[in-house]
Amino acid sequence: MTHLPYIVAAYGMTIGLAVILGTGAALRLRRARARLAAIERPSRAERAGGVSAP
Amino acid sequence: MNATPSLAARTGTFFHRYANPGRFLRLGARLQPWLTWPAIVLSVAGIVWGLFLSPADWQQGDSVRIMYVHVPAAWLASSGYMGLAVCSLLSLVWRHPLADLAAVEIGPVGASVTAICLATGSLWGKPMWGTWWVWDARLTSVLVLFFLYLGHIALIRAFDEPQRGYRAAAILGLAGAVDLPIIKFSVQWWNTLHQPDSITLTAAPTMSTDMLWPLLVCTIGFTFGFAAILVARLRAAVMESRVRTALAMRRGRTEAPGDAQDSGPDLSGAVA
Repeated sequence: MTHLPYIVAAYGMTIGLAVILGTGAALRLRRARARLAAIERPSRAERAGGVSAP
Repeated sequence: MNATPSLAARTGTFFHRYANPGRFLRLGARLQPWLTWPAIVLSVAGIVWGLFLSPADWQQGDSVRIMYVHVPAAWLASSGYMGLAVCSLLSLVWRHPLADLAAVEIGPVGASVTAICLATGSLWGKPMWGTWWVWDARLTSVLVLFFLYLGHIALIRAFDEPQRGYRAAAILGLAGAVDLPIIKFSVQWWNTLHQPDSITLTAAPTMSTDMLWPLLVCTIGFTFGFAAILVARLRAAVMESRVRTALAMRRGRTEAPGDAQDSGPDLSGAVA
């Protein structure tokens, strides 16, 4: 390949950024899902407790 | 007397059907694998095809392979900003709560692909034109697009009261859309070093089909990838907003009413 360094740099940047954005989005989604589940769990338990309490 | 709702009202009702965050989360969860897997498969296939199987150009040699990442990045930079402008319109006219969140999430992803477009263009320009950069109309208008993205990212986070940030950024998002036709037609309106479009809707492509197919595969794969990342970020943003609302409500129970701070669009009515 005649212009190998330029091609490697272009593909490296593009793939690197795609991996960073994709992994970042996936990790953020996982964290948000876990936080939401942790917050909703007690409130559901409270509701369930409220219904069954005398 | 029966009043017929105006077109704006009917359109607003249509969009607000999809403003329910619970409905969006369910739709997003179903869509996510249908966006992510085609993105991975098509992008990998397109890159391998473009790098190793497609022919070199008779004039440009192997450096033409940069096209397979540069052109999809350029397409996504413009269409991402078009999405931002649509969100701005939905926010300004119909106060669509998800449009504000979508605008927040499109900004960084759009700025990233625009940066990739500029960087790969520069890496292609150096061996072909002998320079990293020229102040030609196409390059300059894409650089302006990059600054518009950066301005939007900064403006939407610049206010203590989020709603003011959303309004100001939406105005910038809409005004900045004027740059999109300038980018598109810059190679026709001005005498530029950048080559004219090789693929148009009105004429046959001016490139070999051996190069056109991998380019199309890459473009479709990258577009799926862009959409997958956006949907994932937007789902996370909706969940984070629900967490903030739930925490504010808990604080509200222990503090005096009205002490809870609003930190974003009201997505609390989002119960699935």
